[in-house]
Amino acid sequence: MTLSDIRPGSTVKVRKVSGEGATMRRIMDMGITKGCSVIVRKVAPLGDPIEVTVRGYELSLRKSDASLIYVES
Amino acid sequence: MAHTIALAGNPNSGKTSLFNELTGSSQYVGNWPGVTVEKKEGHLKQSKHHIVIDLPGIYSLSPYTLEEVVSRDYLIDARPDIIINVVDATNLERNLYLTTQLVETGIPVLIALNMIDIVEKRGDIIDINGLAAALGCPVIATSAVTGKGLKDLVKQAIHMVDNHMAPPISAHFSQETEKALKDIGSLIEGTVPPETLRWYIIKLFERDQQVQQRLDLDQKKIAEIEAIISATEEKLDDSAESIITTDRYDYLTAIAKKTHTQKRAAGSLTISDKIDRVVTNRFLALPLFFVIMWGVYYVSIQSVGELFIGGIEWLFHDFIGANLASWLLSVGTNSWLVGLLTDGIIAGVGAVLTFVPQMMILFFFLSFMEDCGYMARVAFIMDRIFRKFGLSGKSFIPMLIGTGCSVPAIMASRTIENQRDRRMTIMLTPFIPCGAKLPVFALLVGAFFPHSAWIASSMYLVGILAVIISGIFLKKTKAFAGDPAPFVMELPPYHMPRFKGVAIHMWERGKEFIKKAGTIIAVASAGIWILQSTSWSFEFVETQQSILASIGRFIAPLFKPLGFGRWEVAVATITGLLAKETIVATFGIVLGLGTVAEGDPTLVASIGSFFTPVSAYAFMIFTLFAAPCVAAIGATKREMNSIRWTASAVLFQTSVAYLAALLVYQIGSLIF
Repeated sequence: MTLSDIRPGSTVKVRKVSGEGATMRRIMDMGITKGCSVIVRKVAPLGDPIEVTVRGYELSLRKSDASLIYVES
Repeated sequence: MAHTIALAGNPNSGKTSLFNELTGSSQYVGNWPGVTVEKKEGHLKQSKHHIVIDLPGIYSLSPYTLEEVVSRDYLIDARPDIIINVVDATNLERNLYLTTQLVETGIPVLIALNMIDIVEKRGDIIDINGLAAALGCPVIATSAVTGKGLKDLVKQAIHMVDNHMAPPISAHFSQETEKALKDIGSLIEGTVPPETLRWYIIKLFERDQQVQQRLDLDQKKIAEIEAIISATEEKLDDSAESIITTDRYDYLTAIAKKTHTQKRAAGSLTISDKIDRVVTNRFLALPLFFVIMWGVYYVSIQSVGELFIGGIEWLFHDFIGANLASWLLSVGTNSWLVGLLTDGIIAGVGAVLTFVPQMMILFFFLSFMEDCGYMARVAFIMDRIFRKFGLSGKSFIPMLIGTGCSVPAIMASRTIENQRDRRMTIMLTPFIPCGAKLPVFALLVGAFFPHSAWIASSMYLVGILAVIISGIFLKKTKAFAGDPAPFVMELPPYHMPRFKGVAIHMWERGKEFIKKAGTIIAVASAGIWILQSTSWSFEFVETQQSILASIGRFIAPLFKPLGFGRWEVAVATITGLLAKETIVATFGIVLGLGTVAEGDPTLVASIGSFFTPVSAYAFMIFTLFAAPCVAAIGATKREMNSIRWTASAVLFQTSVAYLAALLVYQIGSLIF
């Protein structure tokens, strides 16, 4: 299950951040790391990107990038 | 002897405001050598010998973006005396993530815990002493907005600089990781300055390519280091980069938990969240955006802006122009020179400057939208569209600014990190109608479509369509193909910006517009006036026999397939290349009407001889897409930093203009 599968309103825990290079690093630099809690807030009006709450702030993330983040409830 | 203080921090941490407060008017803006990353420098208000360098807003010191590389290179090589790290107190963990990396460079760090006023308003408490003890750095609570803590910050900074403080404690990673780092350390000890050892060890563990290139170690050492990394990755079942970043955040979460007491429950909605329920709502977001933009344009371009136009026209034409002319003539100045000054330069510059009030008001609104946090939401909403051609929602903002003037719009593309994306944005932005193109549309719509004023507004839609179609097309070409850059963007909390900040922001944009009038347009207007009043034998003649007219006749055949193959129109397109504002004035001159504006009834009536409704629309399309004014081309060259790319952009835009106008005229003539 990845972050892109999660419906708005749910809180999940990050299991692993896959991918490599700049994208993976950027996702982790912004605070989405193994074990941290993420709340999915909403989906943008045109269907993409999604908005999540992580470490107390709001982050916008494309679904394609969110699909690199493995999560569990 | 000069000391340097580096200013580092996340975007949206209030770093810019703090820099302004620290340096005041001594600041100046340049570029980091060899790259198009903005560099701001100044000195402390209190002391000329303490220079402050503003590093780009960064979240980390990874090797992946230009801003980060420029920052880390500066810190490792230039070795400033101290770093003032601006930390957004309302976003502690993510901001401290950068702090731990700054500390590793071995330079003393002073933390400015900024936006403390918001923390207090929320009812949260931060244990400043505990934080300072845990991080090993002095921490001063500040609020650039209220001015709190600034005096203490400066005092502490100067004290640290003058007393050569020891660098602070570095973050601790997990036991396994620390062991691996120690082993790598013993391999490279002695090859790097000791205060940077920790930095290099960690970077090597992360397989940082930029550091690997720098150190240029021999094959044996590289292999040994790789072995250590792989062994650790296996033991911890995770990749090296992930191990380091996760460990950092775990270390910081522990510190934050101890020192930060939050009043509201985690996950509950803040005021910003509540506002966003409407602003980024699935059904309301886009309509709301259009309503807001309509309001902004109505106030700046139509109602309030228009009030000023009459005044400025009077100022330049009637007051300055007429008085200067009569004075010069009375002291016996050659009438040709008087003509050059009044009808050439002053009229030309005046034509551009009549737009200044509208531009300023427009830029004020756009700056407000940026500073309050709304623009980030706009990028969030629009991202899906831009992703189709490899860009991101961030590219929308320069285009929005481009509805005022392309020059600041092209400069605004600096916020786009990926160079390829930035180039495409710069090339496409001029397709959006800028304020200067509006009079041309108004003139032709008034003359040929008097009952369909909406046609002028349709130009915006045409511009947007052109951006989308060109974007998709360019994406397929080799120069722009490739994986899209990651779009991971913070949505900062809304806040009411200070008037001073918005005004400075507005002025930065607006002054580019004014500068272009004072310089390029002045010279261009003089040049055009000379060309249209002089013959090849350097005699003072009527426009019909001038140099400009003969150039116009020469290139006019090119425009025949577009429906406007007359030398008068060809001349107008040439002058339009210099500044779109001059197109209307040029029509007035070639018709022998002197200096007129687009509303002038004689002009509207006479222009009918040059076009048919279809060819008039084709001309509007051509004007919309053709290469922007010289000032914008200049800005393009500055931002692209390459003549080849600038030429490609101009060629691309003009080709699109020609093709589009051609299609409109040929197909239109068949239908209408």
